[in-house]
This record gives sequence, C-alpha cells and structure tokens, in this order.
Amino acid sequence: MANLAAVVGIGQTKYMTKRLDVSIAGLVREAAVNALQDADLTWDDIDAVILGKAPDMFEGVIMPETYLTDALGCNGKPMLRVHTAGSVGGSTALVAASHVQSGMFKRVLTVSFEKQSESNAMWALSNPQPFSTHLNAGAGGYFAPIIREYMRRSNAPYDVGIKVAVKDRLHGARNPLAHLQKPDITMQEVEESFMLWDPIRFLEACPSSDGACAMIIANEELADKASKKPAWIRGVAMRSEPTMYAGRDEVNPQAGRDCAADVYKQAGITNPRKDLDCAEVYVPFSWYEPMWLENLGFAPEGEGWKLTMEGATSLDEGGDIPWNCSGGVLSSNAIGASGMIRFAEAARQVRGDAGDHQVEGAKLALGHAYGGGAQFYAMWVVGSEKP
Amino acid sequence: MKEIAIVGFQQSDSVSDAGAVNEVEMIMPVLSRVFQQVGINNAQDVGFVCSGSCDYLQGAAFAFVAGVDALGAVPPIKESHVEMDAAWALYESILKIRMGHADSALIYGFGKSSPGELPIVMSQQLDPYYLAPLWVDSISLAALQARLMLDQGLITEGDMAEVVSRSRRNAMNNPHAQLAGDVAPDDVLAQEMYLSPLRKADICPVSDGASAMIIATVEKAKEWGMPYAIISGIDHCIETHNLGMRDLTDSVSTRTAAKRAGMDAGKVDVAELYAPFSHQEIILTRALGLADDTLINPSGGVLAGNLMMASGLSRIGEVFNRIVSGEVQCGIAHATSGPCLQHNLVTVLEKA
Repeated sequence: MANLAAVVGIGQTKYMTKRLDVSIAGLVREAAVNALQDADLTWDDIDAVILGKAPDMFEGVIMPETYLTDALGCNGKPMLRVHTAGSVGGSTALVAASHVQSGMFKRVLTVSFEKQSESNAMWALSNPQPFSTHLNAGAGGYFAPIIREYMRRSNAPYDVGIKVAVKDRLHGARNPLAHLQKPDITMQEVEESFMLWDPIRFLEACPSSDGACAMIIANEELADKASKKPAWIRGVAMRSEPTMYAGRDEVNPQAGRDCAADVYKQAGITNPRKDLDCAEVYVPFSWYEPMWLENLGFAPEGEGWKLTMEGATSLDEGGDIPWNCSGGVLSSNAIGASGMIRFAEAARQVRGDAGDHQVEGAKLALGHAYGGGAQFYAMWVVGSEKP
Repeated sequence: MKEIAIVGFQQSDSVSDAGAVNEVEMIMPVLSRVFQQVGINNAQDVGFVCSGSCDYLQGAAFAFVAGVDALGAVPPIKESHVEMDAAWALYESILKIRMGHADSALIYGFGKSSPGELPIVMSQQLDPYYLAPLWVDSISLAALQARLMLDQGLITEGDMAEVVSRSRRNAMNNPHAQLAGDVAPDDVLAQEMYLSPLRKADICPVSDGASAMIIATVEKAKEWGMPYAIISGIDHCIETHNLGMRDLTDSVSTRTAAKRAGMDAGKVDVAELYAPFSHQEIILTRALGLADDTLINPSGGVLAGNLMMASGLSRIGEVFNRIVSGEVQCGIAHATSGPCLQHNLVTVLEKA
C-alpha cells in the first residue's frame, strides 16, 4: 500500500500571452513562491524538487532543470525532470506524489511551466525526421481528423464543440488567473471565428500561454498539521500506448479507459458522474470534452455530447458534473504546465479554495492530462477527506 | 523500506556512428536481450517502464515517443520518461515499486549523439540568457575545470594520463568498449593538446547506443529465479548552475548523495564512475573518499565509450554484472548530469 500523501500548497502564475517581465527562472520561481506562501512554508521545508515541462525544443533549453535549480531553491537536494509529452504536467505531479507515497520523502515541491512567448511550439513539433513522413501539422492538424471521426460515429450535432468553447470561456471568466477573459462570449462569436483545422475553429482551440504551476505534496503527518485544508490523494494512474498499431481506436483510446478504470478503483469510484463532484480534464480542442466524457466513463459511448448539450458540465447552467471550472486548457495553455494545472485545480476544488469557480461542497475531484497522439495519460483523484 | 533487486542488465556496443539505425532499432536488440536474460517476453511482464533520453540528440521534440513502439505496449502499459540519464529513470522506478504500484520495472536509456556536434549541442543546456548565447561547449568548460585543478596543484597531467591509461587497458576486457588498448601514461602525454589542458584522450568519445535494466522486489526476483544484486541505497543531489559559485575542483553533491545513499567508503569493492573527462574521475574518487584497493572503472568507464542518456544506468549495470558473477561483494555506481558534474547520483549495490 502506498503511503498517504496530500497537496498542502498550490501556486500559479497569471496565464498570459507574454510574460515579458520575467525570465524562465523568474516565472517558475513565482509559481513556487506562491505555493510556499499558500502552504505557509519556506524553501528549507522542501526535501526535493520535481520539474516538468513539454519538449526542451520549445524554449531551446536542454534539460532546463540544471539551469532552474537555483531559482527553485533546490541546491543540495534531489531534482528530477519529467517529460511525457502533453501529459507531462500530470505525470510530473504523479512522480512528485510517488516521492512521498514511497515513504522516501516527507515533503516535496513540484513545478511545471511553459514560456511560449520564448518558444516556437509549431516549429518544434514539425521538425522533419529521417525515415518518417513529414507532418507540418502541429497538434490541431493531428487531432482534427480524429474529431471528425468522432462526429461521424456519434452523430453529434455540429455545434457541440461551439458549446464547449463558450462554456469553458465563461468558466474562465470566473478565474482571474485564466489567460482568456471572455465573459461576453457567444455561440455565434465562436461559430463565426475562422476555421483553423476543420472542424476546429479559432475559438475552439486553446491559446498559447506563458505560465507556471506549482504544488507542495506532503506525507500524512505533515498534511495533518498543514496550515490550510489539504487535498488528499486518493488515486494515481498512468498509461501509455503506441502512437499507431493495428486496430488502435484513436477516438476512444484504450490507454485512457484503462487509466481511468485504475484511478477510479483506487478511489472507490464506481459511477464517475455520480461519485465525483467535478473534474479538470485536458481539453485543448473543444470536441475533446464529449470525447473524454465517454473515454472517462461519464457517459456511454456515443453519448458524451448529450451531457455537454444538456449543460451537465457547466457551472453556469448548474450542471451536476461541472468540467473545467477553471476555464480549462481552452482558457489557458502553458503547455508543460497544463496537465499540472488540471491536477492543481482539482485539488483547489476539494480544498474549497477555488474562489468564484468553486463547486459548492466539492469533496472528490478528478485531474486528467493526456499527450502525444492521445496515447499518454496521467490522472489523479483528490478528496477533501483523508482516506 | 522495500529492498530492490537488479535482475537483468544489457547494453549495446558503444559505437562512434550507428549509421542509418534509428533509435527504435537501437533499443530493440537491447530490450530483447534483457527480457531473455530475465526469462520474460516483453514490457507486459513488468509492472512499470521508465526511460531516459534527450530530444536534442535526435533533433526532434518527443524523441522518446517512438521508444514506446519498441516495448510491445498493447495493451497499454504503465510508463513514464525522464529527460535525464536513465539512472534517474531507475530512481523514478524505485519510487514506483516502493509505493507498491509495481513489483518490477524495465528501465532503458538511449542516445544517438553522432549526427550532431555533441559538445556544442550541450552548450544549450546552460543558462539561456547569460551563458548559452556564448555557445561555450562542454569540453571547454571541463578544460577550465581541469586547468583550475592543475593550477592549484591538485593534480598533474601525469595523473590525468594515468586515468586514461587505466581506462584503455581495462576496456580491453570490455567487449562493448569503443576505445581500448594497451596505452601507457607516457603514450597519452605524447599526444598533442586538443583543448588545453585536455588531450583528446582525456575526453570521452561521442558514442551511439542504448542500455536496459530490469529491477524487481526481492520476492519477484526470487520468483523469476535469476541471480540478482540488491540496491541498498540510491540518492542524488544537484548544485548551483553558476559555475563561478561552486568549487569546481570538488564534488560536494556527489559526497552528499553518497552519504544519503548509505555508502561506506571502507566497503566498496568496485566503483563505476561517470567521469566524461579524466580529471573528473579524480574529483569523484576523492569526493567519495574511495580506498586505494577499490577497483575503479574496471569497464573502462565512459572514457571508453559514452552512451549519452544511458551511461549512468550502464555504470550501475556494470557493478551489477560484477556482483552476480561473484567477482565482487559490493560496489557503488555514479551518474552525472549538467556541466562540470553539477548533478550527481550514487547507487550502492550489494550481493544478495
């Protein structure tokens, strides 16, 4: 059995297009200091640092943990750098948790970031490789055909994605840290925004953000003494599958279903829609909400879009299972941090510390991240009560 | 704390240019051999998989993704990756086993450094605002470090040549070595300077290749019934990135990691040290306080072949090999990352 662990501190930066006022080191330090303040701790209270970010080629710094150790107060301590594609923010949180759950550490700091204003993700993702087809597509071009296949299979109405885009931006307008602030967004505005990768319109895609997210994870003894309410980690799971294999279902990947089943089992969840109070799920393109509603077992296959259209996932419509109350990836996308933001926002909900986007009385929440060709998954369930 | 057993280790030959072989093709043979060694079929038969690699060696984002193709990850597996030497992937795997979420793990590291100019590429590991724009390559930084040691009288060029000579001679017994031969210290000193005070022989070669390891709980190792060695301690420690702010002639973080890993300097039969430059082996030997009778880098170390992102894991594997063959009772392995030994990991191994 894993040792108990809990989130005792959370820190984020304001997400925005360009943080010209800080270096990369300044950005990660800001999130880390915010987490320390939230936990009422100092650098000396941290036993190790676990850093995550998307590919080094984004900012052009190889293994940036060697450069960032000073900014993260890690000198003289262990530093680990995780990289698992888009799921990295989530995986990093899980690796950080494993430091405590293994009994080897009492309290660790985990940080993830992306400074997209100092990077070129489209370039980094499109380098031609020997012996491989050159896809100059970026992430949206990769996922658009998979979304079209979902639309074909499910017979979902054309405006499900538009609805998600509006819903998550209205959620984002409640969160002062969210990059996009669009409290007056309408279905018509989204529909009229230009088509990027059919069927993904401009406003159905995530923005490019600078930002960092940090969490402090502590063992049971220290979490019991935490200055603020801890978020207890109730389940952790990771799954990977190859980008391509015969018979692979790219719309509803097996790795995602297996990962969800694993994390639910640990947390004692049998009916995710009923048992969970909310979820922060990695939805970088609008249509991934209905797709993940099915993949994560919130709806039967082919019916995820119905939850979206009924308003079940909307805080503003009083839905029973609000998704991405923080505004989600559609409102802020500091790529390497995006997964960790999901995990941290789930923790904020069960700590009752989510401000204007708080789900009333949230006790159990899911944090989710995915990456690569929808092939890498990281998930955790956090709860307000100690298991 | 749950004891961890190393059950299998395999490495490819260290070659200067693997040619048209891609990363998956480099990993596959090593994985097949390590599965065979333990008597299992593929990654489905272990509880967790973790790898170490560097996108910049391949020149593509997500270089490790193709690695998953080499694993047989259908149905999906529990898998993770560090953008570090695979010695740190081993560390992550140990956490996973100790938290009870796996009873065994496959760890692998790979690097194809030959297509690029490795020393210059690694300059982009430095502070992106103040150092990276200067394009200071990794050899130049190590040369500065060696110069400091020579100027302070801590070593002589002869000491460095001794390290090279011993590496070349030891490597004659290592079938995977890239550089081996009966080289005397005077032969090294007779070579011309490359980047003063370093001669080419003081610098590890650029190599392509991969290595893989399988670890397990002791119970699982017994179930497999293969000879194993015990990891009795593992720890790592990073120091400041500002080279001017640390004593480059010492390695405080190595000493700290060794202490926390429970190393007893009097009980080290063999030490495999990740020293990419001859003078760094001397720094590490002294930082660890290794006794005169400790066998140092009997494989030849990385001066005989340096598989970037796998060399640290291979050091651990080399000690494992010597323990299970009965040659030694105990040993330590060291891995490093960052310029001038910035980040160091120490593993303590014992006979089961």
